Amino acid sequence: MTATRVPFHDEILLLDPSGAVFLSAARMLVVADLHFEKSSSAALQGSLLPPYDTRITLLKLQRVVNLYQPMSLVFLGDSFHDRTGHNRLHTADFALLRKLAAKTRIIWVTGNHDPDLDSLPGEIVPCWQEGNICLRHEAQIINSHYEISGHFHPKASIMTRGKRITRPCFAMHNKRLMLPAFGTYTGGLDVNAAGIASLFPAGGQVFLLGKDRLFRFAMPIV
Amino acid sequence: MDILPPLFADWFAAQGWQLRAHQQAMLEAAASGDNTLLIAPTGGGKTLAGFLPSLIQLADTSSSGQGLHTLYVSPLKALATDIARNLVAPIEAMQLGITVETRTGDTSATRRARQRQRPPDIMLTTPESLALLLASEESAAFFKNLRCVVVDEIHALAGTKRGDQLALCLSHLASLANLMRKTGLSATVAHPQAMLDYLGPNTKLINAGGGAPPEIRLLLPAQRIPWAGHMGLAAAETVLAKISQARMSIVFVNTRAQAELMFQNIWKHNTNTLPIGLHHGSLDITQRRRVEAAMGRGDLRAVIATSSLDLGIDWGGVDQVIQIGAPKGVSRLLQRIGRANHRLDEASQAMLVPANRFEVLECEAAMAAVQEHTLDGDPPRPGGLDVLAQHLMGLACAGPFHPDVVFAEVTSVGPYADLSRRDFDDVLMFVENGGYALAAYERYRKLFRDSEGLVWAANDMVVRQHKMNIGTIVEASKLKIRLAGRRAAFGPALGEVEEYFINNLTPGDTFIFAGRLLVFLRLRDTVVEVAEGGKGDPKVPAYQGGRMPMTTHLASRVRTMLHDPSCWTSLPDDVQEWLHLQKQRSVMPGPDDLLVETFPRHGRWYLVAYCFEGRNAHQTLGMLLTKRMERFGFRPLGFVATDYVLAIWSLQEPDNIAQLFSQDMLGDDLEEWLAESSLLRRSFHHVAVIAGLIHRNQPGAEKSRRQVTVNSKLIYDVLRKHQPDHVLLRATRADAGGGMVDIGRIALLLERARHKIVHMVLPRVSPLAVPVMLEIGRERVTGEATEDELLLEAGALLDDAMAPSAVAV
Repeated sequence: MTATRVPFHDEILLLDPSGAVFLSAARMLVVADLHFEKSSSAALQGSLLPPYDTRITLLKLQRVVNLYQPMSLVFLGDSFHDRTGHNRLHTADFALLRKLAAKTRIIWVTGNHDPDLDSLPGEIVPCWQEGNICLRHEAQIINSHYEISGHFHPKASIMTRGKRITRPCFAMHNKRLMLPAFGTYTGGLDVNAAGIASLFPAGGQVFLLGKDRLFRFAMPIV
Repeated sequence: MDILPPLFADWFAAQGWQLRAHQQAMLEAAASGDNTLLIAPTGGGKTLAGFLPSLIQLADTSSSGQGLHTLYVSPLKALATDIARNLVAPIEAMQLGITVETRTGDTSATRRARQRQRPPDIMLTTPESLALLLASEESAAFFKNLRCVVVDEIHALAGTKRGDQLALCLSHLASLANLMRKTGLSATVAHPQAMLDYLGPNTKLINAGGGAPPEIRLLLPAQRIPWAGHMGLAAAETVLAKISQARMSIVFVNTRAQAELMFQNIWKHNTNTLPIGLHHGSLDITQRRRVEAAMGRGDLRAVIATSSLDLGIDWGGVDQVIQIGAPKGVSRLLQRIGRANHRLDEASQAMLVPANRFEVLECEAAMAAVQEHTLDGDPPRPGGLDVLAQHLMGLACAGPFHPDVVFAEVTSVGPYADLSRRDFDDVLMFVENGGYALAAYERYRKLFRDSEGLVWAANDMVVRQHKMNIGTIVEASKLKIRLAGRRAAFGPALGEVEEYFINNLTPGDTFIFAGRLLVFLRLRDTVVEVAEGGKGDPKVPAYQGGRMPMTTHLASRVRTMLHDPSCWTSLPDDVQEWLHLQKQRSVMPGPDDLLVETFPRHGRWYLVAYCFEGRNAHQTLGMLLTKRMERFGFRPLGFVATDYVLAIWSLQEPDNIAQLFSQDMLGDDLEEWLAESSLLRRSFHHVAVIAGLIHRNQPGAEKSRRQVTVNSKLIYDVLRKHQPDHVLLRATRADAGGGMVDIGRIALLLERARHKIVHMVLPRVSPLAVPVMLEIGRERVTGEATEDELLLEAGALLDDAMAPSAVAV
């Protein structure tokens, strides 16, 4: 696993191939859009998807936390797939969360899928200010400040040798960093789609997630 | 003749008809209550033979008006409608007072409701509509008095998922209606026993015998026969000339892209503006109906068509069939030729137009096979577990059932005769609660069991959801194509293309579709907006799974022909010359060996294997061989596969060929590649949709599907890692192991190679290798690099291109 180092205001960010970002000065780990309990949410609607997603996401998170040993861990919204998701968490999964909370300070930023979080280890906030960097679920159109967000699940497609390769990605320009979704059952939105492209009017860079490294390309992708 | 009641005898006489032997046999079998399979060629009065017993029974007694008497199921909606029209004629002429109605996806809700209350005597339907009927609570009462079910075009259904669904429906119908007889109607097939088994035990075979053998000729382009390519466009002018000499022709091609291109090319030469139409499965349904109607009226002189016209309504006016490109299989060819046959005793006229030199051999082989009355095609594969899952949910929707009873029921029909109880229980468990090792879904189960062991649907929601998602046809993600209309409104719909084709277009690009040159304007939601016209080199949409491989039977005939120079005399001169040259420079592939040639060219080494196992098998083999060559240190760069051969190029000279082709190839490498391949992911998607894991339609919420569903690739990855023996993965592997991967044919090939591998080290390219060498530039080359390696390479390429010029040397 090789993270990509990028400067961001007074921070050095480590973009991790798992989709997490580590703010090295603040020793803060940030993950977005975990969509815990998406499978049980689908089950409520009659689709009995393999119920392993929450556990897989948690174990992946545990590995990243062990790697970076952060002082704090920020969930950047849509941590649960629906409003009642946190009530459906399996006891074993809840225990895993507690274990994480014992190691590091946890901050839950709420998202549009999970505005009513409660009874979770850690603080629950609408957004988080870390020095001059604002951490929020959904990017704001006008960002005069440095901002890290999630929400859109950015992904990008590269055409090479007649083959289209699509991966979740970080999207970045100047003061804005957008994280890929960290969850197991999370799809994505192409960075060329209006929703994301309008947030990067001057283009920028994308970092596609690989097995153990990132792949950088210019945005918009042609 | 006394088996025919006087009323019917008079009607036959009035038509100038005589009762045919097979029609008589069908009546006798019906009288003794036997299940029957009628095998007859087109034009044999097959449909009438199927219905005659029911018509007589309904006319004779007070059986009409006693609820549904006869159910007819066909794979095509259009066929159901057409048959209904044809049945009305005798019923009215004899004033039988029998009611006939269709019930398909097009039937209005009010009509369907009325049919449930007052069923017609005869109902014509499709497998999907039947499955929906059976999932209703009233189904037991509705089918109680059913006496006969007629399954048409059974050869086209057996071995497909739609066929599996129908077989399961039949198994259940038989227990609802204990007086029911089953009758299957089939074209001539290579595996009649499998068709009999499909209907269940104790089915009587009635064979109408073959009609007059067709007259098939080879039609060659005026110029030399092309070395490579499979479109056959060079023959357009010659084909047009033949069209102008016949009353009405069907020009069959092998893919939709080929249909579009051939249509363009024929019209380029069509200075007399003969009315010539286009018909393929991606065209808008109204366009297709318009073409079919014009054919019915005899307004067209020719239709360029794909397999979309293989089945269906019999157009009396067609007197010539032209097959462009390789026939691919003998049975398939006969089916197509049969479209020009309307009377049993008349030979149908057909012409084969090979697109390249290998196809000349394939056409000759097919013609010889037709002469010798041999047929081909694989026997139908066992029924899919995904379809069984859908069926079990459907049964629960109709009412509680006992698993033991249903297990006995489903194993009574051919496709599920060998189903193990373990598989059955796993499928039931999957429907019930997902069947996951981690038992997390107690609260969300879709079925529950009462104290007597009966299985019930858990609630109304799962019932509604199931009824909205019945069916086994899963289409690739497609986008509608519409002309731009006035004031931002949409104009007429032209048809559908696969999403990935549009993803690779930018506005202003042109492409050929529905026989028109179109320019891509924009994508609006799921609609591709286009305008007519445009400049530049137009693209042609291709479709997944569009190309089917040559059958094993035809392949072995081609191999035999190649090896025996006495067969060559009937071949065109340039083909003969080509084969003689090969014999001088290298050797001919033998009927039961494997010829492998290696030669250098432009600093690379080429390995050409003459496997003749079809493109799909060669694709898989190419993957596996490049992997091995990598390990052997030959540094392979890429490969290309045709129906006949496989070519791989590398930096090092490949030797030790026997070792390279050894049978252990089908071990770990295959497993690993299969698991990662997009093929399996695609198969899984189909399985997941059919089994009801992913729903195409959701009650209530009008949310876009993307929002509510989880990408099946993600589910596949999770399941493969955490529960590799899950029943849906087993179903996926069973699906993929067949057609697309063709592991069976690779195994046969390796067996052949084990006995006799002929390796020729040549100083230069051999004549027989030229066609595949010419394909190298055209086909997409598949290397061995992983996706990550490709991304790295693409990234590096861009970095180089973008680097400041000062860095350049």
